[in-house]
Amino acid sequence: MATTVGFVVGLVVNPVAGLGGTAGLKGSDGAEVQRAALAAGATPRSGERAARAVRALLAARPGVRLVTVPGAMGEDSARAAGASPGLVRLARPAAPTTTAADTRAAVLALRDVDLLLFAGGDGTARDVLDAVRELGGQAPPVLGVPAGVKVYSGCFAVGPAAAGELAGLWTSGATVEAEVVDLDEDRYRQGRVSPRLYGVLRVPAARTRLSGRKTGSAAAAPGTVEGIAREVVSRMRPGVPYILGPGATTQAVGRALGLATTLLGVDVVRDGRIVAADVAERELAGLAGGAVLVLSVIGGQGFVLGRGNQQISPRVLSRTGGLLVLATQQKLAALGGRPLLVDTGDEDTDRKLSGHVQVITGYRESTIYRMETT
Amino acid sequence: MSELAERTNKHSTGESFAEPHGQLPVRPKPPLRRFHQARWDEPIIFELSRPGRRGIAVPEPGAPEVELPEAVRRAQPPRLPELSQPHVLRHYLRLSQENLGADLNVDVGQGTCTMKYSPKVNDRFAAEVAELHPAQPVDTVQGVLEIYHRLERMLAEISGMARVSLQPGSGSAAIYANVAMIRAYHASRGEGHRDQVITTLFSHPSNAACAKTAGYEIVTLMPDADGYPDIEALKAAIGPRTAALMITNPEDTGIFNPRIKEFVDLVHSVGGLACYDQANANGILGITRARDAGFDLGHFNLHKTFSTPHACGGPAAGACGVSEALAPFLPGPVVTFDGTSYGLETPERSIGKIRPGLGVTPNIVRAYAWIMALGAEGLRAVAETAALNNNYLMSRVLRIPGTSAPWDKRRIEQVRYSWRELSEETGVHSEEIGVRAADFGVHYWTSHHPHVVPEPFTLEPTESYSKEDLDEYAAILAHVADEARRDPAFVKGAPYNQTIHKIDPTPLDDPKQWAPTWRAYVRKHLG
Amino acid sequence: MSTAHSCFETDEGGLKTHPYIPNSEPGVRAEMLAELGVESVEEFYADIPAELRLNRPLDLPEPLVAEHDLVRHMRALLRRNTDTVETLSFLGHGIYPHHVPAVCDEVNSRSEFLTAYAGEPYEDHGRFQALFEYTSMMAELLEMDVVNVPTYDGFQATGTALRMACRHTGRARVLLSSAISADKLSKLRDFLAPDIEIVLAPVAGNGEMGDVGIDDSFAAIYLETPNVYGVVETRGRDLADLAHAHGALLVVGADPISLGVLAPPAAYGADIACGDIQSLGMHQSYGGGHAGYIATHDHEPLVAEFPSRLFGIAPTAVPGEYGFGDVFYDRTSFAHREDGKEWVGTAAALWGITAGVYLALMGPQGMREIGATILARTRYAMDALAPHVTVLHQDAIHFREFAIEAPPGLLERLRAKGIFGGVPLDDRTVLVCVTERHSIADIDRLAAAVREVMT
Repeated sequence: MATTVGFVVGLVVNPVAGLGGTAGLKGSDGAEVQRAALAAGATPRSGERAARAVRALLAARPGVRLVTVPGAMGEDSARAAGASPGLVRLARPAAPTTTAADTRAAVLALRDVDLLLFAGGDGTARDVLDAVRELGGQAPPVLGVPAGVKVYSGCFAVGPAAAGELAGLWTSGATVEAEVVDLDEDRYRQGRVSPRLYGVLRVPAARTRLSGRKTGSAAAAPGTVEGIAREVVSRMRPGVPYILGPGATTQAVGRALGLATTLLGVDVVRDGRIVAADVAERELAGLAGGAVLVLSVIGGQGFVLGRGNQQISPRVLSRTGGLLVLATQQKLAALGGRPLLVDTGDEDTDRKLSGHVQVITGYRESTIYRMETT
Repeated sequence: MSELAERTNKHSTGESFAEPHGQLPVRPKPPLRRFHQARWDEPIIFELSRPGRRGIAVPEPGAPEVELPEAVRRAQPPRLPELSQPHVLRHYLRLSQENLGADLNVDVGQGTCTMKYSPKVNDRFAAEVAELHPAQPVDTVQGVLEIYHRLERMLAEISGMARVSLQPGSGSAAIYANVAMIRAYHASRGEGHRDQVITTLFSHPSNAACAKTAGYEIVTLMPDADGYPDIEALKAAIGPRTAALMITNPEDTGIFNPRIKEFVDLVHSVGGLACYDQANANGILGITRARDAGFDLGHFNLHKTFSTPHACGGPAAGACGVSEALAPFLPGPVVTFDGTSYGLETPERSIGKIRPGLGVTPNIVRAYAWIMALGAEGLRAVAETAALNNNYLMSRVLRIPGTSAPWDKRRIEQVRYSWRELSEETGVHSEEIGVRAADFGVHYWTSHHPHVVPEPFTLEPTESYSKEDLDEYAAILAHVADEARRDPAFVKGAPYNQTIHKIDPTPLDDPKQWAPTWRAYVRKHLG
Repeated sequence: MSTAHSCFETDEGGLKTHPYIPNSEPGVRAEMLAELGVESVEEFYADIPAELRLNRPLDLPEPLVAEHDLVRHMRALLRRNTDTVETLSFLGHGIYPHHVPAVCDEVNSRSEFLTAYAGEPYEDHGRFQALFEYTSMMAELLEMDVVNVPTYDGFQATGTALRMACRHTGRARVLLSSAISADKLSKLRDFLAPDIEIVLAPVAGNGEMGDVGIDDSFAAIYLETPNVYGVVETRGRDLADLAHAHGALLVVGADPISLGVLAPPAAYGADIACGDIQSLGMHQSYGGGHAGYIATHDHEPLVAEFPSRLFGIAPTAVPGEYGFGDVFYDRTSFAHREDGKEWVGTAAALWGITAGVYLALMGPQGMREIGATILARTRYAMDALAPHVTVLHQDAIHFREFAIEAPPGLLERLRAKGIFGGVPLDDRTVLVCVTERHSIADIDRLAAAVREVMT
């Protein structure tokens, strides 16, 4: 079976992730919320979910070496799963209610592993992202074990066991970029889902399973981010400005043009050059005349406008001359028939944008999909 | 090994059924079959070679040998294996035993493939055309041309289309021929600018793939919340660039789109053509017809709906059916009949010849004989029994905790099910359930990608299986689901009763290690 | 409920239990309906609008349910054919009368192979191994490491090989010899349209591909050997050098049955080999015996362009056990991935297995001997006809086929003598095919008949 020699998996658990969920608190960010959750009788579940991931990891890859940090931030889950992990001591032991700083410190301490599993939610993913940025090129690939209340980021496996299994079966070393998205919890508690893109993490590329390969299957290349980017570039016309929203897909459009566009900001390109990078609303309004908007779907909720790209205001939208929405078929399929969403804050603008829009899903491939106001 | 065997026995066959000494077996059989696939541990044929042996003798030249110049002469003999005839036969018969043909099993698990009984007598008819050459004078092939002609007329009646071509070598080849006719039709009207083909996510992916190969841009309609292709999206999609709608109905979910005529009318309203992928026609033979819903062209898979064997993945056969308006574009030649004799003729604006010969003739003969054995009543019985079997199997499968059939809609001849609940509960994936199910001697298939239905599996029972067969298949799935709950790692470790054990696919993706032929294997791994 | 009657619900002369349909037996059908709580099968069709229902029986011939009646009917039809065993036939042109060993028929008519489809590498291990062995034996014949699971036919293989070359080079123009069958050219034009331009090279006086020039816009030179005239091309190395000098590929169409004696395309620098394998154990079957192969070296960027499946050896949980699986399945994740890779569908796998059986029976000796016999008999036939008709390209090496200039009516008059004399290529050229099945006496008979017709 898979070789195990020398392969080291790191484990970081955010022990308070998911705490707010059982207490109906829609998140666990901040010590106040954590205390409130504990007072409401909430029980941490991330430790147990991390243990499930470790069990699946050991089953998929017997003899794998596991390294973690002491106590609830990893060791307890590893032992609960029957592993005997190597331990890396932190300079400052974590308190019972851990902080973002503890997660970052643990990731930094485990920098030498081949793959880092972390258990938590979107907030934890942001902390991991911060640490990975600090490490720069030295950072290991990571994979999220979903254990938080909010799990909208692409860096998480579909479940704890799937995370452990993927970690165990991942031998190719191939990685892909996955977006880290988080919601503003205060707005979320007010009933408003407001995803924002924070960056990308490198996660293992899942190999297509061995089975399910019917001879009668078509080998049409499923739409890929690169295919989408190539299609967008093939549609670009001379003299027309293109406004690229935030996201890995729109950044791939920049890459296809040979341009270093920003991941998180809004950029304007024209005739193969960057006209303005990471622009604010006011500047964008000045550049938007006759421009075509190129937007990807942010997070798992289907938001295209009004979340994480508020620079693209109703004023900007009133001046633009076209809209290209980008998403893989897989991402649309995950919406389960729910529409794409716009929420610009201006009812008129939202109404005008509602209806069926073309969504580019690959090179010379698109779909027509419903977009609605929230 | 011994541990595997022990676990297998524990889970798959339960307690011992041994009879008391000296008595004949009288106890009932266990609920599930104690299947084990043949395991000959057969070497690769190169390992059976001994220099100097031969499997067949070749006639002597009987004339002076031709000296070849060095530029075209083979320098060293090919390193083919050298075996005597009985050993070649034995080797391949052992491999055949390690293969699960439809004739051997309750083959309802390869959904969308329409695995049905292919009558043995038809194989004999197919063999009788073995020595016919397509360039023979037509007066020496009147019999085979009559079979082509009669089958074309039958398929025209079944689909409502005006003309039929039997030339394509498979369903996908027929789809490609249809795309080529669509292109030629628009070009002939000066409308070559139409560059978009619309399809749906649950139509067979060959529709998108073939149209894309032919240069079209693809617009895919996603299912709406009810599981039907979104008609509002179609309204937004159609326009002057629309060349055609290419759609399957019922779709691969088994759901029949009741608004199909509206779809066709919408595409016609902008000057596009409507093309019907009738891969899933088995449940609607004699019930409803393509042309009656307004389709301009479409295709059948003779190896699905009309019983020709699947042959490990071909040779198959496809049939393109078209309206009068599209008949001039059919692949050529087509068979003609002047009332007394049959001939061949290429239509005026034919897309040309798309394969050698007139078609996969042995399969044309088989499909014709199959329809002749059934007639109109029989085809209707095929459709109705396929629908009955499917609905019966669905009722059995949905009793298994952890299964579901999304969208709560009627199904005709197949169902795309989901193990989502079971998978969330146990961590066992649909693919893994399929591998374990094969330990009981059946096939199982998930779905095309992307997996809109999570943890999918697709069952299509056709008319060829009995109630008892369907009960057995459902019992196998129920048993494996139960195993997944009790011991997920065991299910993930399957197979246990197959020719081989669980495969590690890693080297298949590594250019330094992969071995697509024995030659590459020897060079990289035995060198 | 529709007014359409169900065949289950009519007694008047309606269908009885059909032998192919187990649940057409009325008792079990009633039992199943009752278990479902359904009155009639009509309920399953409730989603089909009334206006789309066919409210009449299909207009089809009366069924022949009794097997003997069917046999009688089919025999009557099939008797109206006269085949190439009953009539001495020199027809070829892409569909060849080679001897098919009985073991080939025996293996490919086994239910286990004939009726299988697309199972996993576990329950269908035999299919994977047999196809792996087929590609492996082809690889030895071709001296290339990568061979696909068969596609439909040689036409498709050629079209796909040329598309692979275009994707690989990022170019959209190919040079083809005009010495190609009109049918194959028709298919290539259809398949390569609209984005790939075909440029035709002239045929030289000796029947080989003429002098050609290309520039850096060409993706490939396509050379076929033997070509449509049966002429063996001798300038493969020059054409390979020419193609490579311009960053293009040499794609060679070769019939594998010739490769026991003729150099494999790789030996003179071909990058892709392709063609039909009907010669290797398949009957003519009125065009039903075709399958296509495509082969390349084990060069990752080119392997990435295969649209077909490639089967490779994989380890299993048991040491020393051969498993199989798809090599480089995610080829879409490579260069040019967004172009798509055409489609993979049901094609001609059983003929791949059969060709494997054929090559295993023949071995290196058999392949050399059959090549030598065909070369010798082709030359013998050319020499035998030359005194009576004009034999074209006399100085070239021919394998299995040669062209003659035929006066009007030649084929009809040969036909009257019980001979299918050849396939007309145009108004005055006829292609004559000779294989190991044609004895010297058969060839002498043809020559005598031609002499009689011509005098």
